[in-house]
Amino acid sequence: MKKYRLHHIKQISVTLALLLSVILCGCSSAGKGVNGQVIVYNWGEYIDPETIRMFEEESGIKVIYDEFETNESMYPKVESGAVAYDIACPSDYMISRMIQNGMLSELDYAKMPNARKNIGAQYFEQSRGFDPDNKYAIPYCWGTVGILYNKTMVEEPITRWEQLWDEKYADNILMQDSVRDAFMVSEKICGFSMNTLDPEELETAKNLLIEQKPLIQAYVVDQVRDKMIGEEAAIGVIYSGEAIYTQRENPNLVYVIPEEGTNVWIDAWVILKNAPNKENAEKFIDFMCREDIALMNFDYITYSTPNEAARNLIEDEDIRNSEIAFPDLSRYDNLETYVYLGEEGDSLYNELWKEVKAY
Amino acid sequence: MRSVMKKIYIALIILFLYAPIGTLIVLSFNASKTRAKWGGFTFNWYVSLFQNEEILRALFNTLFIAFVSSLTATVIGTVACIAMTAMKRRTKAILMGITNIPMLNADIVTGISLMLLYISLGIRFGMGTILLSHITFNIPYVILSVMPRVRQLNVSTYEAALDLGASNLNAFFKVVFPDLLPGILSGFLMAFTMSLDDFIITHFTKGVGVDTLSTKIYTEIKKGIKPEMYALSALIFITVLTLLILINLSPADKNKADKNKAKAE
Amino acid sequence: MTSKNKWLSAPYLFWSAVFIIIPLGMVLYYGLTDRTGAFTIDNIMAITSAGHAKSLRLALLLSFISTIVCFLLAYPLAMILANMKVKRHNFIILIFILPMWMNFLLRTLAWQTLLEKNGVINHILSFLHLPALKIINTPAAIILGMVYNFLPFMVLPLYNALAKIDTNVINAARDLGASHFYTFIRIILPLSVPGIISGITMVFIPALTTFVISSLLGGGKLLLIGDVIEQEFTRTSNWHLGSGLSMVLMIFILINMVLSAIFDKEGEGSML
Repeated sequence: MKKYRLHHIKQISVTLALLLSVILCGCSSAGKGVNGQVIVYNWGEYIDPETIRMFEEESGIKVIYDEFETNESMYPKVESGAVAYDIACPSDYMISRMIQNGMLSELDYAKMPNARKNIGAQYFEQSRGFDPDNKYAIPYCWGTVGILYNKTMVEEPITRWEQLWDEKYADNILMQDSVRDAFMVSEKICGFSMNTLDPEELETAKNLLIEQKPLIQAYVVDQVRDKMIGEEAAIGVIYSGEAIYTQRENPNLVYVIPEEGTNVWIDAWVILKNAPNKENAEKFIDFMCREDIALMNFDYITYSTPNEAARNLIEDEDIRNSEIAFPDLSRYDNLETYVYLGEEGDSLYNELWKEVKAY
Repeated sequence: MRSVMKKIYIALIILFLYAPIGTLIVLSFNASKTRAKWGGFTFNWYVSLFQNEEILRALFNTLFIAFVSSLTATVIGTVACIAMTAMKRRTKAILMGITNIPMLNADIVTGISLMLLYISLGIRFGMGTILLSHITFNIPYVILSVMPRVRQLNVSTYEAALDLGASNLNAFFKVVFPDLLPGILSGFLMAFTMSLDDFIITHFTKGVGVDTLSTKIYTEIKKGIKPEMYALSALIFITVLTLLILINLSPADKNKADKNKAKAE
Repeated sequence: MTSKNKWLSAPYLFWSAVFIIIPLGMVLYYGLTDRTGAFTIDNIMAITSAGHAKSLRLALLLSFISTIVCFLLAYPLAMILANMKVKRHNFIILIFILPMWMNFLLRTLAWQTLLEKNGVINHILSFLHLPALKIINTPAAIILGMVYNFLPFMVLPLYNALAKIDTNVINAARDLGASHFYTFIRIILPLSVPGIISGITMVFIPALTTFVISSLLGGGKLLLIGDVIEQEFTRTSNWHLGSGLSMVLMIFILINMVLSAIFDKEGEGSML
């Protein structure tokens, strides 16, 4: 018995010593910078971490950085006020929801000279769809939703959403696992608006998605990227921002904007109403709008930047004039941007989407 | 023949349990950034791991949370076990029932219920809320492993110590505590492991800028796991494994093991 | 020990009141109210809607199958381990706990790498000229993930219960002429019931409520009740509905608790 005990004491002391040493090594350097802090809430993997480090160094402001996965998961966290964020980077329709609910604070462009100077006018114009007077949001990234396909795995070029219903490609199709993007696809095929609230149109769109379900390999969000690179599937629905990266990794991949039309989205910086560090937040956004910083972020995340000055700095001509990264939107007449559908509309979509997923 | 079959069976189960772990270790040497492609052998991720401040911070948070929460849970749980011996059968049964709740309850319900609690109390989400939550779900593991030891306790030795003039506390640490120690230790280790491995409850109760390895990995899954994460997991695993082997195969014990083996055969 | 020790339970009583009882009360409150705060049972009755009922049925089915598979795999294993008579009680436990030091999400993700169309297993199979395995994104993959993640929770209680059986009892039965099979049915199995119940609980409940395994290995095509609840909280932010559905889950948890109270009075089937 005694021996047994000793053995145990040895065991715990080794464990404890190990743990303590690890914990002490991980000396915590938390705390505020000399000029206070700023709390940023952004999409996962949506910034070059080096730019944050540079900002901290140049401004003396400590950045507390947090990430979200979807607009829908971001909203309740900000709304509940459990954490007082300064800055968030939601998409268009979510920004209009936040504006409607009085969650955003008006921007002072005078404090952010880079924003006006570098961001292309057409992007501010486009933002008016969800922020009518450009009072609340400064575009950070934009893009389209389209089809990525592997040219060695399909029999003819993919140009239409409809082809995602082709039985030839059963078990080779990846759909987006988010309500609005999934419904957008079927609504566009039927020629409906992707913001429709018409019960009959929605029913049709839902049935179309249910019809497609047996052909789907998986409903995924950002995993489309890895799966397409690994040639797990032939066709996937993807954000244009991922296209450049995936093509670099696997040259067989082709990105297209489907003929039936699609969603043009903008993710934009907003400052929250009760931001505790409003001035620092302005400095942060202005810094992110600087052309060299925007270029670094573009290189890192490969999502299209609305920063014209940064685009002009891109050395690789193919990318600067890439039809994928910077498509000429005027050539398409069936593009739309999501609008906030109201609480009722949202739960209607969610209900229908659950029916599709559970079918 | 039978014993060969038995060995094969055990080997198969262990293969099943450790195959994914082997996969992760292999992936940590994969030069390609994506999980989907083998791009050649590299040690680079192990180098860049130690330059990646975010991952190191998440590691620190994870260990800190696991350590503090399991330690606190061990103290509270052990004390509660001793206290329960003095209780009426009924009260004790009810309390044990409550103790079982966080363990039997779905993680998702526990996580959500705690999140609702913190919001209604207006507690800021952060390290503190994660710690409170982890202590909560760790206590049952401690109680369940200490309780059997408490039941086996011989009360008369404790009373004898008191009679011989030892103070309450002294008698406890000299007489009772050593008997409880194995239970306390395994409870602590179990709690530590559970805390380390938890994702769901942390997911619902974490605050801004505080990431543990689990929550970090969850956000990365959507975008593709950074290979440094594989490297880190491989390191953690190898460290623990080595530690275990060292502790279990120390020379003094080896003799004992051999003797046992001989007896068994 | 002396009754003086009673006050020692104060910290734990306080802790469980604040962090176990009150939070559950909060779930009940949310589950029984709507957005305006008025009383309603709609959130609970929502389980009867086609989508929800289907996801609950699927979750019950998959977790039931996984529990049985776990049991069938674990029982022989636990018997072998218990019979090894090695005084390495801790070592055996640690072999099954050790995988948990590798992150749960990573372990499950690793199965994706193993099972995928172009995954490791299929590479090996094609090298051996065997037909490819197609289980990723099917219910089978989810069951595999559940069995993988929860098997230790079945093995450990069973091992503990079996290791406690006095070998003299078994020897006595054999001496009295009982066959191997008869000894097993009449002696070993009944004595291991606490372990069985505890194992079943520890596997069935987490399997029933998981949302991570189904989304990683099921390709998002199979919606389990855990996925629905998770989405109500993190995506669609309808906490009332999420709480209502959690309450339905709690019914199953309660049934399990009652079962373990009946069969495992002394906590003999604990994991440790």
